[in-house]
Amino acid sequence: MAKKLMKGCEAIGEAAVQAGCRLFFGYPITPQNEIPEYLAARLPQVGGTYVQAESEVAASNMLYGAAGAGCRCFTSSSGPGISLMQEGISYIAGAELPVVFVNIMRGGPGLGGILPSQSDYFQAVKGGGHGDYRCLVLAPSTVQEAADLVQEAFDLADKYRNPVMILGDGIMGQMMEPVEFKRSIRPEDLPAKSWATTGAKGRRPNIINSLHLAPEALEAHNWKLQRKYDAMAQHDCRHEAWGLDGDVDILFVAYGTVARICKTAIDALRERGVKAGLFRPISLFPYPGDALAQAAARAKHVLVSELSCGQMLEDVRYHVADRQSVTFYGRVGGMIMAPEELVAAGLKLVGREA
Amino acid sequence: MHTEIVLAGFGGQGVLLIGKLLAYAGMKMGREVTWMPAYGPEMRGGTCNCTVVLSDRPIGSPISKSPHGLIALNLPSLDKFEDTVRPGGVIVVNTSLINRLPHRTDVTVVAVPANEVAIECGSPKAANMVTLGAYLGASNLVDLDQVKAIVTESFAAKPKLVEVNHAALSRGFALGQARTAAAVR
Repeated sequence: MAKKLMKGCEAIGEAAVQAGCRLFFGYPITPQNEIPEYLAARLPQVGGTYVQAESEVAASNMLYGAAGAGCRCFTSSSGPGISLMQEGISYIAGAELPVVFVNIMRGGPGLGGILPSQSDYFQAVKGGGHGDYRCLVLAPSTVQEAADLVQEAFDLADKYRNPVMILGDGIMGQMMEPVEFKRSIRPEDLPAKSWATTGAKGRRPNIINSLHLAPEALEAHNWKLQRKYDAMAQHDCRHEAWGLDGDVDILFVAYGTVARICKTAIDALRERGVKAGLFRPISLFPYPGDALAQAAARAKHVLVSELSCGQMLEDVRYHVADRQSVTFYGRVGGMIMAPEELVAAGLKLVGREA
Repeated sequence: MHTEIVLAGFGGQGVLLIGKLLAYAGMKMGREVTWMPAYGPEMRGGTCNCTVVLSDRPIGSPISKSPHGLIALNLPSLDKFEDTVRPGGVIVVNTSLINRLPHRTDVTVVAVPANEVAIECGSPKAANMVTLGAYLGASNLVDLDQVKAIVTESFAAKPKLVEVNHAALSRGFALGQARTAAAVR
């Protein structure tokens, strides 16, 4: 398929269709409205169904039902809406259902604003809803990668029977870039789900449930979930190492669109003789901590940059042996750092004038 | 090559559209491209802008604080972005709606009465195309014919619009070329 110029939101919608997803349940919120807008027109063309739910709480429970019936399904929202979905996400994790969630982050807390942010990292990566559960979280940094990761997200959700979250920001949602869809899967070609509630004729009924009143059973269930998260850490940690051949003065650590702003800054720093490189986590849970620790061991300074007050920063500090080497540069509220700001922060670290 | 351009005007003037045309043409010519709209709580008649980056390398930041080029369709846009343009850059000014010229002397200024030219081409709505043509005439960033081909493709259902927009692009292009030639002399 030839490259198309698409908005991140539209590419995410089309990627879901190409992944064989035919069901979307959601509720509008800026800055991701182009996803439901796109799918409201697109899904009926391929025999799918688009439902604008009465609320995000309803949407997440519709997803619970559709996933339980064995259908690929997904939703998209932004911070305030994702918060409302947390009940459903916890139940979906507890009942081990494959659902893809897309969060195009905007500034918070509360209603906050509509401009880009990365302040939902804790919510996505550390839980968000109640109980000992995890979402597998993927953070694209280009529109092409968003399309690729959305397609993979459905496969990973099925593989682990677990919610997968795509964590983007307003820039990712609104920006246009060339994109090509590398795979096209028809729903009828997907493997059957033996656990799904598809009608019990001729077999024992399958039960989809997150209620385990017997403590022994609930404990066993929790350990089973933990083994699943361990397996994710073993098999599905992802990152990009950029400009990290050999020792560096400054190791930038950033994800999503901030990572690409860092790349521009790193080019500028290198022109000024400062050796800098980038470690970009692609999976935020599981976190590529071991690879980060190795990269940081070859850096004099570690500079974490986020569109938050320092959330992923905590994970970086957890994994990097020399915590004193870790510094932070963030912008919040919808403000976005210019590459020049990161260059100045980098020069300051190595004791040079801007 | 690596070029960052800010295109700005009132909502409704079509700055997002000419930004998309530029990005699309760049993509067709094999460049890496990004198009990023300012998407605040904008309203019709309010200010509106987008940033387009064309490069022969993967693009880092899709947002620019110091662009190589500016297309300003109204005065607030010129006021806001004039000082950000890099020395040696290009500023296209729509003098139909902007009653001053840029104070910058270290950039190429292309002043075009875009609304009047557009009316002569058949529609005042094509003022955005005049300014895009002028920018291309002054910069040769992408091929004019490539942009025209995309216009033909995008407005296939409305042949009359294709004609008007092609004329507006050509007239703008000639004005942009003339201004650059004058600057060289």
